[in-house]
Amino acid sequence: MIDLLLKNASRSGVEIDKLFDLITFLVGFWFLLAEAVLFGLVFRFHRSRSPRALYVSGEEKHQKRWIAVPHVLVLLCDVVIIAGTMLVWSHVKQQLPPADAVVRIGSQQWAWVFTLPGPDGVFDTPDDIARVNELHVRSGAVYHFELTAQDVIHCFSVPAFRLKQDAVPGRLIKGWFAALEPGRYDIQCAEMCGIGHGLMAASLYVEEKEQHARWLQENAAPPRELVAFRFPNP
Amino acid sequence: MNAVTLTPPPVTAPAPVRGSFWSRYVFSTDHKVIALQYLFTGMAMGVLGGLMAYVFRMQLAYPGESVPGFGVVSPGKYNSLVTLHGTIMIFWMAMPILIAALGNYLIPLMIGCDDMVFPRLNRLSYQIFLLSAVVLLASLAVPGGGFGGAWTAYPPLSSRGIWNHTPLGAPLWLLAVALEIVAFLMGGINFITTLMNSRAPGMRMHDIPIVVWMIVVASVLFMGSVGPLVAGAVMMLMDQVAGTAFFDPARGGDPLLWQHLFWFFGHPEVYVVLLPALGVVAEIITVFARKKLFGYRTILYTTFTTAVLSFFVWAHHQFVAGIDPRMAHIFTITTLLISVPIAEMIFSFIATLYGGSITLELPMLWALGFLADFLLGGVTGIYLGSSGTDIYLHDTYFVLAHFHYTFVPIAVIAGFAAVYHWYPKMFGRHMNKTLGHLHFWGTVLPFNGIFIPLFLTGLAGDHRRIYSYALFKELARPELQQLRVFATICTVIMLLFQTPFFINFFYSMFRGAKAADNPWRATTLEWATATPPPHGNFPHEIAVYRGPYEYSVPGRPVDFWPQHEPA
Repeated sequence: MIDLLLKNASRSGVEIDKLFDLITFLVGFWFLLAEAVLFGLVFRFHRSRSPRALYVSGEEKHQKRWIAVPHVLVLLCDVVIIAGTMLVWSHVKQQLPPADAVVRIGSQQWAWVFTLPGPDGVFDTPDDIARVNELHVRSGAVYHFELTAQDVIHCFSVPAFRLKQDAVPGRLIKGWFAALEPGRYDIQCAEMCGIGHGLMAASLYVEEKEQHARWLQENAAPPRELVAFRFPNP
Repeated sequence: MNAVTLTPPPVTAPAPVRGSFWSRYVFSTDHKVIALQYLFTGMAMGVLGGLMAYVFRMQLAYPGESVPGFGVVSPGKYNSLVTLHGTIMIFWMAMPILIAALGNYLIPLMIGCDDMVFPRLNRLSYQIFLLSAVVLLASLAVPGGGFGGAWTAYPPLSSRGIWNHTPLGAPLWLLAVALEIVAFLMGGINFITTLMNSRAPGMRMHDIPIVVWMIVVASVLFMGSVGPLVAGAVMMLMDQVAGTAFFDPARGGDPLLWQHLFWFFGHPEVYVVLLPALGVVAEIITVFARKKLFGYRTILYTTFTTAVLSFFVWAHHQFVAGIDPRMAHIFTITTLLISVPIAEMIFSFIATLYGGSITLELPMLWALGFLADFLLGGVTGIYLGSSGTDIYLHDTYFVLAHFHYTFVPIAVIAGFAAVYHWYPKMFGRHMNKTLGHLHFWGTVLPFNGIFIPLFLTGLAGDHRRIYSYALFKELARPELQQLRVFATICTVIMLLFQTPFFINFFYSMFRGAKAADNPWRATTLEWATATPPPHGNFPHEIAVYRGPYEYSVPGRPVDFWPQHEPA
């Protein structure tokens, strides 16, 4: 359903979208039922059709059923949603699939600094590639990210990936993503971070394997000052 | 019914109103005067908060253009406006109206006593509240401008002037919130003590009207949850002005600590305002459906359950904040479980309508409007309590639309329901019905028009608190911008339609049709005294013989049986 408004572009997003649909189905049913009963009762028991009210305490056993049965059904729906969401959460946030590559994401007022290890695949070597507000990744590969912030709390969010994680100063937070198809996607800061919060935009470029390899080769010599982003020890 | 034997209560004439304007209306210790002071202050602050929404919605619909009546909205001003809008609507509009105004007005009248047990504490409570409002407004006028770190005030942004650029606005904002909390602690002490000690003879626990229970449980909830926030606020203030580092990781602090302290209060706070609103709805639907409340005890016990559970759900605001991911499972479970008692309560309210004889008077329209709209706010909470979907929806307009679908029905719709319902008691006159209907439809329809589009933009990934979408290609799409413009137009319409209310409110106070003592033919005690009630409330001590909702009792000539009427 979210796909209609913003197409999903990541592996974990598929599950999140499915979970969203499951919840919509369950709560949608209860919502429509409750609204229908509410409006139906107001219509049926309007004074013009029901001049004298009944005396019902709602405390007798056969009356309590009207609340007790929906009560159990709501609980059941909750259990289904809890099971689904625990599964999705543990896939997206807890169990990191084996990494094909790692990216370091630094954030500060009001910019993103993305560091890739470069063609040698090792960080803190001269061929590291650091870019401001621009992240290039390979389509289909599993990326682990190491996220931190230099000043205040920021939030790394890629809506098309259904991906969101706060960046907290003093902490290194790990997560993963895997893009499904090439393209350009928005990166936003999703946590209020000061007057430039609305300017903290970046682009995520997903490239095919060869194209990405070429990009890595061409950009392997970074400007020195950008590599100097401070990372706390993991 | 109750086996209460009583000697006939001594008849004493109500004390004549003495004193100057100041001692009667400004420094009075009468709970009703204090309640109205809270009501007026809350309404004034509500108007201010609404106008702020007008300014930042205009900026979102027409970015960069000068907003009529305000001017160009800079990013700093935008942040400050959204921060103050949130803070004002929760702390200076919802709480004073739902807890302080209703609690003060209704508790003594509905339990049949002459005043709060600590009338002077009550007076002090309002004065500190007024001071807090003044401090808050003053924070907008200092160099650097008002605080703009969002109403949640996450450090380190909010704790260091070098990052938030409001070195004076931020501490004043914090001080104002702390003062407001002090005021409500005093009110809470009064509410709880009064209910427990001053009930009319014969009023057992299960004879207390639900709205009184709800306000008192909400006060307990508030007092139980606010301690950590006060501690956090003191630490934050020290970080801001004394150079400590409670929340500064570079010097050994922890920014996430604040989030826990804040949300440990912040989530119960939702129920602090929700419960009184539900109580108001319970009172009104019974009166206008001429029905006994369906399952009084069920509703009471689900209230207690909700209150207890609400202490264990706070971290659902922090799923993606960097907490241990395993913790998300626990808070998902507690959060989804809290839907059970709330759903049960709403079911009971709907079931109350069954077999009723419903008249759609103005208070009833507002109460039904609350139920119809709050349902959407309730069910959309499931998406956010479920950690998996919250990854995507966190901090988007979906969250914003969700909590406006809870808070607007709570603070605005149920607030108006209460005003329309108790207005005849408060001022002895009726409000105009035509203006009332105009106001109702002009509020409820645009309200849905604002937030249904915002659910959609949120689902499309629209993040909150971003003053312009120019840099975000996925969000700057014209179809999303059209939704934003539509929401803004509805905001303006909704605000304009508050004018008939204020005209009606103040005109009817002096020129409205005179109201009888019990115009709605209701059963609870506030309708058993004169309209408006004198200082001291009841001409003589009143006794209670039955529960609060004895409507349409079989075999009786009239369809209501007041609590105070001997069998």
